[in-house]
Amino acid sequence: MRYLYLLYLEEGGWDAMTPEQQAEGEGAYMAYTEALQTAGILIGANRLQPSPSATTVRLTGGKSQVLDGPYADTKEQLGGYYLVELPDLDQALAWAARCPTVGHGVVEVRPVWPPRTG
Amino acid sequence: MAAERARRTAEAVARHSYGKLVAFLAAATRDLAGAEDALAEAFATALRDWPETGCPDNPEAWLLTVARRRMVDAGRRSRTGTAAAETLRQLAEERAGDTAGELPDRRLALLFACAHPAIDAGIRAPLMLQTVLGLDAAAIASAFLTSPAAMAKRLVRAKEKIRAAGIPFAPPGRDELAPRLAAVLDAIYAAFAEGWSDPAGTDPSRRDLPEEALFLARLMAELMPDEPEALGLAALMLHAEARRPARRSADGDYIPLEAQNPALWDGAMIAEAERLLRRAASRRQPGRYQIEAALQSAHADRRRSGRDTSRAVAALYEALFALTGSPVVGLNRAVAIAGTEGPQAGLALLDGLAADGRLATYQPYWAARAALLAAADAVDEAVHAYEIAIGLAADPAVRRFLETRRQALQPPPPRP
Repeated sequence: MRYLYLLYLEEGGWDAMTPEQQAEGEGAYMAYTEALQTAGILIGANRLQPSPSATTVRLTGGKSQVLDGPYADTKEQLGGYYLVELPDLDQALAWAARCPTVGHGVVEVRPVWPPRTG
Repeated sequence: MAAERARRTAEAVARHSYGKLVAFLAAATRDLAGAEDALAEAFATALRDWPETGCPDNPEAWLLTVARRRMVDAGRRSRTGTAAAETLRQLAEERAGDTAGELPDRRLALLFACAHPAIDAGIRAPLMLQTVLGLDAAAIASAFLTSPAAMAKRLVRAKEKIRAAGIPFAPPGRDELAPRLAAVLDAIYAAFAEGWSDPAGTDPSRRDLPEEALFLARLMAELMPDEPEALGLAALMLHAEARRPARRSADGDYIPLEAQNPALWDGAMIAEAERLLRRAASRRQPGRYQIEAALQSAHADRRRSGRDTSRAVAALYEALFALTGSPVVGLNRAVAIAGTEGPQAGLALLDGLAADGRLATYQPYWAARAALLAAADAVDEAVHAYEIAIGLAADPAVRRFLETRRQALQPPPPRP
C-alpha cells in the first residue's frame, strides 16, 4: 500500500534556530530520506516553501476566486511530504515515527487510493 | 423437523465459529464488512438449503465455501477494478493455502486489529462484539447507551478505517505487544463493565453482554495462555460473574458482598477463576487485572471461610493504587485500610482523595464516606454523606439500600 506522510510544523521554528541547529536539522531529514531510499520504500518527497508563499483558488458564484495565503490558517502548517510504499499501517506508523518531524511537529499518515486500472 | 434441525445447526455454528469465519475471510483483504455480508448470505443460504439437502458433515467448511464465493462475486461486481482483482488474487491464494482440515483460528489477529491504536478507543469493544460474536448494532447500542443508528454508523466507519488504512490482521511484534495487549483487554473489560450497569438483568437486550464479554476474555486466555494479564482479566470477570446471582434479593434489593449468601455463587466459575489466577501468578509478572482478580479472590475467600483477609486486601489495593493512580482505586484502598486501622485512618485518606474533583459526583465515594463516618460515630456528618450518595444513585436498588442505612442512623421522626 502507498501512504502519504504529511509533515505539519510550526513555521516560525526554523527561523528561530541557529545556523548550526538548522544544519543539524537538514542533516536529520537527509539521513531519514536516505534510510527510506535504502529500504526501497520511498516513492517521492518534497519540502514546501513557507505558507505565506501559498495561494488558494476556489470557484465562488461561477467565478474563480484567488486568495493570498494557505487554506487553513493554523499554527502548524503543511511543510512537506513523503510518499512511501509499505505492506500495512503498522509498518507505515513505525517508519513515520522515525521521521525527524515528530520531534517538533506532527506527521499525519494517510493511505493513498490504489491507482485505477481497467 | 428438518427445518428445525437445520436452524439449530446453523445457530450452533454461528455461536461457535462466527468470529473464526469472519477472521479467516477478512484476513487477506482486511474487508470486515465484506466478510460479514458474505457470511450473512451464507447463513441465509444454509437455512434455505439444509432442510432439503440435510446438514453437511462439516457445516463450518460449507459456510466458508459459500461465503467465499459471495466475496469473489462481490469483488467482480465492485467498481474499482484493481481492488477486485486484488481481492480475487488474495482469495485464490487463501484457497491454495488451506487444506480440508481444521479452519485456522485468526481471531487473535482480528481482536488486535479491532483494538489497534488507530481505532478510536470508544468503538473497540463494540467492534469486537460485532465481528467476533456477530452481535447486531442495535444490541450493542443499547448496552452502550447510544442509538442503534449512531452505533451502526460508528461501526461502519471503524471497519472502513481498518480496510482503507491497511491495519494489519496480525498480533503485534514483541516490542509492541504489552501496550497492544492492554488495549485488547481494556476493550473486553469495557464491554463487561457496560453489561454491569444493568446488574439485575432486567433489560433483556442488555442481559447477555457480560456473558459475551466473558466469552471474549476466556478466548484471550485460551489464545494467549502465557500472558498473565490475559489470564488475570478472565479470572477477574469470572469472579464477578460468579457472584451475580447473589447480588440481588428476590425483591430486587441490592445485597452487598458481606451480606451475600455464598451458596448462591457459581462454584464452577470461581474454581475456573482460581485456576487461571494461579497460572498467571506463576509467571511472576503482576499487573492490574491480576491484582483486581486477586482482590475478588480474597473477598470471596473471606466470605466463604470467615478468614480475615483484610491485610491482604489492603496490601493488594496499595499495589493497585501505586500501579494505576486511579481515584476509584484510591477510594477502595481507603476503605480497606479503614478495615485494618480503623475508620479515622480511612477518612484521612478520603480527605486526601477529595482534592481530585472527579470523586465529588461519584456515588460510591459518598456511600463509603458515610459508612466510615457512621463507624466513627459522626452521626450528623454520616447522614449528610448518605443523603448526597442517595441523590447520586442511579440504580433504584442501590438507592433503597442507602436509604435503609441512613434511616438506621437517624430514624425519621414519628408522624404526629
